[in-house]
Amino acid sequence: MKNRFFAGMAPVAVLSLSLFASSALADVTIGVTISSTGPGAALGIPLKNSVELWPAEVGGEKLKVIVLDDAGDPSVATTNARRFVNDDKVDVIVGSALTPASIAVAGVAGETSTPHLSCSPVPPTISKGKWTFVMPQDAGLIARNLFAKMKADGVKTVGYIGFSDSYGDLWMGQFKGIGEQYGLKVVADERYARPDTSVSGQVLKLVAARPDAVFVGASGTGAALPQIGLRERGFAGKIYQTHGAVTFDFLRIAGKAADNTIFASGPAMAPEALPDTAETKPEGMAYVTAYEKKFGPGTRTQFGPHINDAMAILKKAIPVALKKAKPGTPEFRAALRDAIETGGPFPASQGVFNFKADDHLGLDDRAVVLFTAKNGKFEITK
Amino acid sequence: MIATFLIQDGVTNGAIYALLGLALVLLFSVTRVIFIPQGEFVAYGALTLALLDGGKVPATTSLLACFGAIAFLFDLWSMRRGTDVGTFLRSLALNLVLPGVIYGATIVLAPLELPSVAKALLTILIITPMGVYVYRIAYRPLADASVLVLLIASVGVHLAMMGLGLVFFGAEGLRAEPLADDNYTIGALMVSAQSLCIYGATIAIIIGLYMFFERTLLGKALRATAVNRLGARLVGVRTHLTGVTAFTLAAAIGAVSGVLIGPITTIYYDTGFLIGLKGFVAAIIGGLASFPITAIAAIGVGLVESFSSFFASSYKEVIVFGLIIPVLIWLSLSGGFHEEE
Repeated sequence: MKNRFFAGMAPVAVLSLSLFASSALADVTIGVTISSTGPGAALGIPLKNSVELWPAEVGGEKLKVIVLDDAGDPSVATTNARRFVNDDKVDVIVGSALTPASIAVAGVAGETSTPHLSCSPVPPTISKGKWTFVMPQDAGLIARNLFAKMKADGVKTVGYIGFSDSYGDLWMGQFKGIGEQYGLKVVADERYARPDTSVSGQVLKLVAARPDAVFVGASGTGAALPQIGLRERGFAGKIYQTHGAVTFDFLRIAGKAADNTIFASGPAMAPEALPDTAETKPEGMAYVTAYEKKFGPGTRTQFGPHINDAMAILKKAIPVALKKAKPGTPEFRAALRDAIETGGPFPASQGVFNFKADDHLGLDDRAVVLFTAKNGKFEITK
Repeated sequence: MIATFLIQDGVTNGAIYALLGLALVLLFSVTRVIFIPQGEFVAYGALTLALLDGGKVPATTSLLACFGAIAFLFDLWSMRRGTDVGTFLRSLALNLVLPGVIYGATIVLAPLELPSVAKALLTILIITPMGVYVYRIAYRPLADASVLVLLIASVGVHLAMMGLGLVFFGAEGLRAEPLADDNYTIGALMVSAQSLCIYGATIAIIIGLYMFFERTLLGKALRATAVNRLGARLVGVRTHLTGVTAFTLAAAIGAVSGVLIGPITTIYYDTGFLIGLKGFVAAIIGGLASFPITAIAAIGVGLVESFSSFFASSYKEVIVFGLIIPVLIWLSLSGGFHEEE
């Protein structure tokens, strides 16, 4: 019922947006579908805000941007994507913020031959698709960096606690897949849900298993619950968090309990701390400065930069495609796809994208930094 | 050793569920409303307290003013065929002046770094009148509708309140500061002052409700409405008044639960629903009629939840909500369930 309501509201928002974009005929049209309500709202809202920072034109062509809300619901995301293709004749689709919705969008993009930049991780079967490119770091890349750090820290046994959904399964899957290469043994596998009021039971079991370290596979402030619980129960070992947990809200909520925790993160969370030689620094600084100027200091997130990075790629790819065809035509979409796939490397805020025909993830170790939380701040450790 | 921790954790959460369960039973018996948005009051309460902790003016105050204004428009509409000055002034005072006063008071008090007990009381003061307005806006026009229609209205109110929560509080969670920071060690057990507050408040509310229903005229009117709505009206009980009272009590209990739970976990705009549902499981076990059975069942739900999170964390919710099935079977077989119309 709620989804219907917001789906009903969305066109109103779109109408007001498209009034702004005065329409010359050959504008480049971008359709953005994002979960700015519903369970993915914490991820979707910074993405939606970041769209507002996009430039008005690229390569001399006006950009016409249409933003719709999919509430994280795959069926709404499909409807949005079909609308983009059939009614708005978009040249590229960006979104969504949650994996299931992104999978749905990728389906439509593949079927209608429209380039698609996903702002959430997708399973390998989807990222192999011809038309879909993935902005966020995939779990394997993050896991390899975190596991290497755990090995360097002398961790042998790991207690795992994660969300009881696909996000939690994703990280457990990494342990099963490549954990052994790093000499890591999982001694406890516990799950909880974001709205749970207590994780005492899971935490007690983790502590009882006496692992060297605990790995938390959760995102946002939801990841703070086991963090606080473990420290309350006197767990003294190291705690490792994924990039999903790197938010200032996490530090605010976990407070002292967050100290000395290791986080994987994209470089866009702290471009200031990067060396000047880092390829990700210019884009990261520009994005973070613009975002925090508009939405207030300390509002940057891990997720918003994906929208910036999509534009960083399009800024380079659209002029290349414009030489081959006019926007709004199938030829332009095909040219744009080719330009994204072969036009790299694209230095962006979260990493340097270098797509290949068989690699639509495109990121390497430059897309991961490790943070330690100290006194309510993230400090780079790598 | 582990068991004592789990029991303590279960009882703490169970006490919160008990409060919610009691509010649900109270509302259902008096107004026949299955009040799904009860959890939203909890979330609003916890988030309001967390914002007050940060020295901010919580958005719930302006929300309250909006609710009041809408309720006033409803009153105006029902007065369109003429009314007396007294009714009009009463409506004006309840719907516009009261939220205005609370709004003003909050703006003055919020930046003052009040002691946590004062912040908790202010939170309860902000949330409680919402019960009155929710009743006026959503349920009073439907007072004579069937249970099913009222349930559908509840779903609508729940979705609306959750959406407003997202708009006003944002998508990220908040955590309030505890009312008291101390920890006490009793034998091997470490008990936090916050959980003692929870036990104390739950017991106080249960006793308070008992006194209210047994000793006051209004409480007896509520009981009379619960037993037989038409009969109560025939002997001169104003059923709208009992409805308003029940909703006010429910909102107040929700706000208290929010104040109690806010400091022990992270609350999101949509957390309330799940907490409310667990209170609902307890209320169902109590047949939506019995206060003592509901309270005991709520503690049971808390314990089951706590132990299942230890032994089978992936299946925790399945186990907790699975509890309801044998109870429903037993209730329908024994035919004791309250059939409506």
